[in-house]
Amino acid sequence: MKQLFQTTPVPMKRRQFLKATAAATGGLVIGFTLPGGNKMAAAQAAPAPNTTPNAFLRIARDGSVTVQVKHLEFGQGVMTSLPMLVAEELDCDWSKVRAELAPAAPQFAHTMFGMQMTGGSSSVANSWTQMRTVGAAARTMLVSAAASKWKVDAARCRTENGVVIGPTGQKEGYGTLADAANALPVPTSIKLKDAKDFKIIGKPTRRIDAPAKIDGSAKFGLDVTDKLVPNLHTAVVLHPPIFGARVKRFDASKVNGLPGVTHVIQTANGVAVVAKSFWAAKTGRDLLVVEWDLEPGSKANTADLKKSYRELAQKPGVVAKPGNVDALKAAAKTVTAEFEVPFLAHAPMEPLNCTVSVKPDSCEIWVGSQFQTVDQGAAAKIVGLKPEQVKLNTMIAGGGFGRRANPTSDYVIEAVEIAKAAKVPVKTVWTREDDIKGGYYRPMYVHRVNAGVDGAGKIVGWDHTIVGQSIISGTAFEPMMVKGGIDATSVEGVTDTPYDIPNMQTSLHTTQTGVPVLWWRSVGHTHTAFVMETMMDDLAKAAGKDPVAFRRDHLGKHPRIANVLTMAAEKSGWGSALPLGVARGVAVHESFGTICAQVAEVSLENGKIKVRRVVAAIDCGLAVNPLTISAQVESAIAFGLSAALYGQVTLKDGVVEQSNFHDYPVLRIADMPKIEVHIVASGAPPSGVGEPGTPPIAPAVSNALFALTGKRLRELPFKV
Amino acid sequence: MIRFTVNGERLETDVAADTPLLWFLRDNLQMTGTKYGCGMALCGACTVHINGEPARACSTPLSAIAGKRVTTIESIGSTPIGKQVQAAWLSEDVVQCGYCQSGQIMSATALLAKIKNPTDTQIDDAMAGNICRCGTYNRVRSAIKVAASGATAKPAAPSKSSAAKAKA
Ligand code: FES
Ligand code: FES
Repeated sequence: MKQLFQTTPVPMKRRQFLKATAAATGGLVIGFTLPGGNKMAAAQAAPAPNTTPNAFLRIARDGSVTVQVKHLEFGQGVMTSLPMLVAEELDCDWSKVRAELAPAAPQFAHTMFGMQMTGGSSSVANSWTQMRTVGAAARTMLVSAAASKWKVDAARCRTENGVVIGPTGQKEGYGTLADAANALPVPTSIKLKDAKDFKIIGKPTRRIDAPAKIDGSAKFGLDVTDKLVPNLHTAVVLHPPIFGARVKRFDASKVNGLPGVTHVIQTANGVAVVAKSFWAAKTGRDLLVVEWDLEPGSKANTADLKKSYRELAQKPGVVAKPGNVDALKAAAKTVTAEFEVPFLAHAPMEPLNCTVSVKPDSCEIWVGSQFQTVDQGAAAKIVGLKPEQVKLNTMIAGGGFGRRANPTSDYVIEAVEIAKAAKVPVKTVWTREDDIKGGYYRPMYVHRVNAGVDGAGKIVGWDHTIVGQSIISGTAFEPMMVKGGIDATSVEGVTDTPYDIPNMQTSLHTTQTGVPVLWWRSVGHTHTAFVMETMMDDLAKAAGKDPVAFRRDHLGKHPRIANVLTMAAEKSGWGSALPLGVARGVAVHESFGTICAQVAEVSLENGKIKVRRVVAAIDCGLAVNPLTISAQVESAIAFGLSAALYGQVTLKDGVVEQSNFHDYPVLRIADMPKIEVHIVASGAPPSGVGEPGTPPIAPAVSNALFALTGKRLRELPFKV
Repeated sequence: MIRFTVNGERLETDVAADTPLLWFLRDNLQMTGTKYGCGMALCGACTVHINGEPARACSTPLSAIAGKRVTTIESIGSTPIGKQVQAAWLSEDVVQCGYCQSGQIMSATALLAKIKNPTDTQIDDAMAGNICRCGTYNRVRSAIKVAASGATAKPAAPSKSSAAKAKA
C-alpha cells in the first residue's frame, strides 16, 4: 500500500471546497463538496428530509458536535483520532463530540488515494489537514455569527471549549450560534493552529467508541437485525472444497422444507441456503449435497510449493533492483540463507458478513468495509444500477487486517447476488470455518539471500531473491503498482532498505498457485522485515559486531531510524545482564512512513518459546493520540507474534487443512508479552500506526532465540 | 417448551431445543451484544453466565438451560461487579475493534465474582478461552486488576505529561 501512496502523484484530482449545507434539523453543517458539474458531485444523492447530508461535521442546537468519520473503524481508533483533529481547530467541548461512520460517498474519498478506503496505515495522515480545516472553518463561522450579533469585530473574539467570547466578556455557546453560522459563507482562507497551541492533539484521549463496546450496544455488521432491515433473512454459503472449483449440480432435497429455510440459491462461488435465522441457514447449508467440477480448481500442495519455491530461489528472477553482486567475491565473510513464510489467514474476530436489500431502482448495503468505493461499484454492476444508486452504510467492524479491503469485493458481491436472487433482504454470515478456508491469504514466500561483509565489518554486497505470488496482479491496482513485472508489495522493505548496502541486487519470481491472496496487516513488510532483520543479525555476528551497533553503522543516511533503534535499545537495557535462560533480540523497520524498533526478551519454557517482554520505540511523526499509538503497537505486536508462533495455512491437493482456532491458533492472554511503547517526540506530520508495529516482532524474536540457543530459525511459524 | 430467564426476564420458547443459546439470543431475541467468533467454544466471544457461571453460548443448546438463569452483556452492568469491570474497561481504554470485549467482560466479571483479587496466573486461567485478535490482553489484565482494587471510583484522565511517552 505504500507504493500506491507513492505513485499517486497528485493526491486530489479535483479540488474540493468546503460547503455549508442547509441542515434539516437546524444547526451548522460543514462538508466538502466537489465543484459543480462533474460526475462525482452529481453522484451525491439529495438529502432526504430529516436526514443529514453527507457532511463531515454537524453542530446541533444543543451544542453537540458530530463528526462523520470517512474511514472504517475496525479497532485502530479513527472514531477518536479524526474527531480530535476537528475538535482541536473547532475549540469545542470534547465531552460533546460524537462520531459516526460515513457511508460511501465521493466527498469521503481518501485524500491521497482518490477513493474511499481504509488501509496503508494512512487514515490520520490523509485526514491531517482536511479534518483540521473542517474544524477551523466551522469555528470561523461561529465567531462571525457571534461578532455580528454583538456588533463587534470578529478579530476581537476568541473561542474556548465550545463558547465564543467577545471583547467585553460576552459569551455564547456554539449550539445557539449554529443556525446563524450556517447562513454565513464558508471562509476561503483558513489559518490552522500552530502545534504549540494544541490542546487536544497530542493528549492521550480515551476512545469515543468504547462505551458502546462494553455493554453490547455497539452494532457491528453482523448485528444487523430485523429492527434495522425489516424481513431480514440470513444466508450461509457452501463454498467450493478447492479454490476455483465450480458447482456442477446440487441436491437440496434434505434442505428444502427444513424449518425456517426459504431459498437455496446457486451463486458464482457456491450454493447459498437462505433462512429466517442463522442456525436454520447453517443447518441447511451443512445438509447440501453438491457435485463440484474440480477441473478448473487449484490442486496446490504446500509441500510441493515449498520445494518449487526453493528451487526457483536458486537463480535470480526478474530484477527489481540491479546491483553488482560479483562484489561479494571480495567479502571477508558471507552468509547465505533461505527463508520461508506460509500462507496466513486474517481471521478477524468478527467473521465476514454483509447485509443487502435490493429494490428495483436501488440497493442498500450494510457492511464493515475497508473499500467502500470499490464495493459500491462492484455491487452496482451486479444489480445493474449506477454506483450512486447503491447506498453503502459503513458498519463498525470486528477487525479486518486487510481482509475487508478486497479488490474483488468477494464477500460483498456474493451477498448482493444472493439478495438479488432471493428478492428479500439478506445478511450473509461466514462461519469461522468459511473464513479460515476462504482464501485471500497473505501469500507464501521463499527468500534466498547471499550477503557479505568486509574485514572492517561493512556490508559489501547483497544478492536477494524473492519467490511468491503477486497480491496486485490481476486487480484494478495493477497498472499503478506492478511495474516491469514487479509487484511493489512483493519487494517493499527490501529494495527500499535504509541500510547502506553497496552492490545490492533484488530479484523476484512471481508464482501462480490458484490460491487467492491479499494484503495482510503490513503487506510485504510481513515477510521482508523478517528476512532483512534476521540477515542483519547474522551479518553482525559474521562481522563480530553488536547487533545494534552493526545496524547503526549502516544507517548513516537515516538518522531518524538510527534514533528509534537507539531509543528501543536504551529503554530495553540493551547490553545489560539478563536472568539465565533469557536473551534479547532487536529489529527495526520502516513501513508506511513510520519507524518501529523492538527489543524482545525471550526464553524457552518446557520447550516452548516464551516472549516475556517487548520494548518498542516508534516514530510516527506528531503523536495525535498517544493512547491509540501505544494500543496499536501492542496490537500489531500481538498480531505479528500470533503469526510468528502459530500462524500457517497449508494445502493438501488444493484443500485447506485448517478450519478454526484449534488448528489455526492465535495468541492468547498467557502468551502476551509485557509491552512498553516509547513514542519519539516529533513535529513531523503524522504517519500511520496500525501496521508498522507488526514487521519487527518476528525478526526480534528470531534474533533473541539465536542469542539464546545459537540456532537460527528462518521459517515461520517458529519450530523449536 | 423450554423455560428459562434471560437477564431476569422469564421466557418460554418452542424454538428447536438443539438451537445454540447464542443464536437464540441473537436472532430470536435480537440481543446482539453476545458475539459469534468460532461456534466451537474456542474463542469466548459468546460468553454469557448461566446460573452465574461463565459459559459459551455457541455450544450450549437451549435444552441445557431449561430452568436456568442466563445473564448477558446487556445486563451485566446492573451487577456491582459487572459495573466495576465496565468502568475499569473504560478507564484502562481496553477496547479496540471491541468485538471480543463482550466475552472478555463476561469472563472477567465471573472471575472477580469468585476471586476478589486474582493473581496473574488466575487471570491467565480465567481468560484463557477469550481470544482477542486486536491484542488487548495487557489492558484486559490491567483492567481486571483495576476493577479488583476498586480504583475506578475516581477515573483520572491520563495526564498531558505522558504524551511523549505512553507506557503499556
Ligand atoms: S463463538 Fe462461542 S466460543 Fe467462539
Ligand atoms: S478488541 Fe478486537 S478482537 Fe478484541
